[in-house]
Amino acid sequence: MIVSIIDYLRDRLKYVNRICYVVMAGVAVWGSLVAYGNHHAHTQIEQLPFFWSIFGFLACTIIIIFSKWFGHSGVMVKEDYYGE
Amino acid sequence: MSDLWMHPSVFLIIGALLVPFMQNPVVRRPFLMAVPILTFLQVMVVNSSPGTFGVVNWMDWYLTFGRVDQLSIIFSFIMSLMCCVGTLYGLHNKNPYEHMAAWIYVAGSLGAIYCGDYIVLFLFWELMAFSSVFLIWFRKREKSKAVGYRYLLVHTAGGLFLLAGFVLRYQATGGDYSFGQLDVDHPTLYIYLIGIGLILNAAVPPFHSWLPDAYAEATVTGSVFMCAFTTKTAIYAMARSLAGFDILIPMGVCMALYGVVYAVLENDCRRLLAWHIISQVGYMVTGVGIGTALAINGTCAHAFAHILYKGLLFMGTGSVLYMTGKSKFTELGGLYKKMPLTFIFTMIGGLSISGWPLFSGFVSKSMIIAAAANSHVMWASFLLILASAGTFLHTGLKVPYFIWFGKNNCSDETWEKAADPPLNMLLAMGVAAFLCFTIGSYLPFLYDMLPYQSAEFHPYNAYHLAETLQILCFTALGFFLLLSKLTPEAKISIDLDWIYRMGGRLFLWFDRKVLQTIDNGVGMIWTYCGIYPLMTISNFWSWFDWNGIDGVVDGVARSVRGLGGQVRKIQSGQIQNNIYFAATAMAIAIIAYVFA
Repeated sequence: MIVSIIDYLRDRLKYVNRICYVVMAGVAVWGSLVAYGNHHAHTQIEQLPFFWSIFGFLACTIIIIFSKWFGHSGVMVKEDYYGE
Repeated sequence: MSDLWMHPSVFLIIGALLVPFMQNPVVRRPFLMAVPILTFLQVMVVNSSPGTFGVVNWMDWYLTFGRVDQLSIIFSFIMSLMCCVGTLYGLHNKNPYEHMAAWIYVAGSLGAIYCGDYIVLFLFWELMAFSSVFLIWFRKREKSKAVGYRYLLVHTAGGLFLLAGFVLRYQATGGDYSFGQLDVDHPTLYIYLIGIGLILNAAVPPFHSWLPDAYAEATVTGSVFMCAFTTKTAIYAMARSLAGFDILIPMGVCMALYGVVYAVLENDCRRLLAWHIISQVGYMVTGVGIGTALAINGTCAHAFAHILYKGLLFMGTGSVLYMTGKSKFTELGGLYKKMPLTFIFTMIGGLSISGWPLFSGFVSKSMIIAAAANSHVMWASFLLILASAGTFLHTGLKVPYFIWFGKNNCSDETWEKAADPPLNMLLAMGVAAFLCFTIGSYLPFLYDMLPYQSAEFHPYNAYHLAETLQILCFTALGFFLLLSKLTPEAKISIDLDWIYRMGGRLFLWFDRKVLQTIDNGVGMIWTYCGIYPLMTISNFWSWFDWNGIDGVVDGVARSVRGLGGQVRKIQSGQIQNNIYFAATAMAIAIIAYVFA
């Protein structure tokens, strides 16, 4: 059953993607509305619209790009580097 | 209670000693499950009566084996529960010695958690290191031997730091060996030494490289045990003794980010998870460093949740390794059709570690982040949130995508072998997944066990939900947009273990090429300047002794002997002749004396 559901969704990937984009947009808008004037926010910047959406996207991007740069600057080596 | 107090570790140690004799198929599996379940029940019994038990007088010391308080209760509960889950997962394993090593390892952890002094702590601390190493060696690859020895050497060094700290503290305080909160506001040498010993087991950089090295190389079941006990026992010990030690805040935050960066580069799924242990334990170390009631609660809660979801993740990836023999992304892919249940369970682990609402990480990790913000350590709070995006990126997205979806890199043999694992492994994953969901959905299960009940925390508020969902959704967006950059590469990453791995080789080279050359040179100089002249002098004295001293002595002896021979001739045996010769000799002597 699990495989059938996954295959069903994969066959309709275009629609799944669209639903995901709509959900993401909804979450971003809802998050911005909730954050405005909310006492749970510890800093002013957190109350900016879409702050945590932008934070999440930038965090992901920075982690990937920095890590890859770091890895390709000599840290990543052949698997038999230690002769094992 | 004190008269009948039985340490839960005793059940595990007795069980471990008996397990090699329980190989009959009828009794093997019931016995294997009975021991950890009895241990868990005993932990529940022991935890029902807080206090100090099991005090033993040995030499001049009173050793405390049973301190039951709020901190030891929550850690002992989760450790014994994880022992049940881990044993269920390894139930098919017919190597009795692997179960033996695993149970003694857990016994060491429970012993360290319940102990009340540094002597007992050290005893169980070392028991953990020396039993868990077998979980690496039982993998029986050529590499396993070297990894095991590295693991042992690093932990032995850590144990020595700990011991040195205890001894200095014992001397400095006039004999205090109780295991409690240290004066971290006025750190001294012994506090730093104890700290190094503890953070080494918690895998805090720069003492962390043993963790990905060992956990990725351990057996399938072994890594499930190892991922739960060593680092979390260290976190318990730190929460007990180093709460509020400021230096741990930057160390913990660095740790959280360090693990995330290396996880991006990783090609081995179990090694990637090991990097994320470092990252997640970073949250706990930060919590200990903050040291407030909420932060310590968060540390305990996150350790509790982490043991289960990380165990679940290692069970999922371990199942892939067990069934296919592969753990590298470049040799896997597209397995959802072959291992669908394993995928679902691993995904639940991924959602839990990523802090998705309704799952365990959401209610534990956020407590530490909130504690940092409440303590006005905003930089730590934001960087920990940044690290949490990285956690979802790898464990929630990269691991499932490149094993169960993505490009199918499986060989025909791998694809043929791939299937969901045996029932006991699926059951263990099911139990862990259920607990991950329960912790995240029913707060009293975890929160009622936290040590500081006065520190309230309510994770399910609109702001926290919106914040978390935004971060996670847009991290997922970034993942799919940058997917090409995340394509696994068949490489390894150099880490700080390079220092002792290559340093060891440098030492051997130095030993062979430099020290040995110097040794040979000194030997030659000694031969020509020392041995040869000595031999010459010795030969001369030997000659002189033989021909000089012995010649004189021998000559005297020969003369005496010749004289004796002549004297003997004049002794005819007749008394009158003897008197004649004696009187003549006396007369000659008198005349010589008178006229001389």
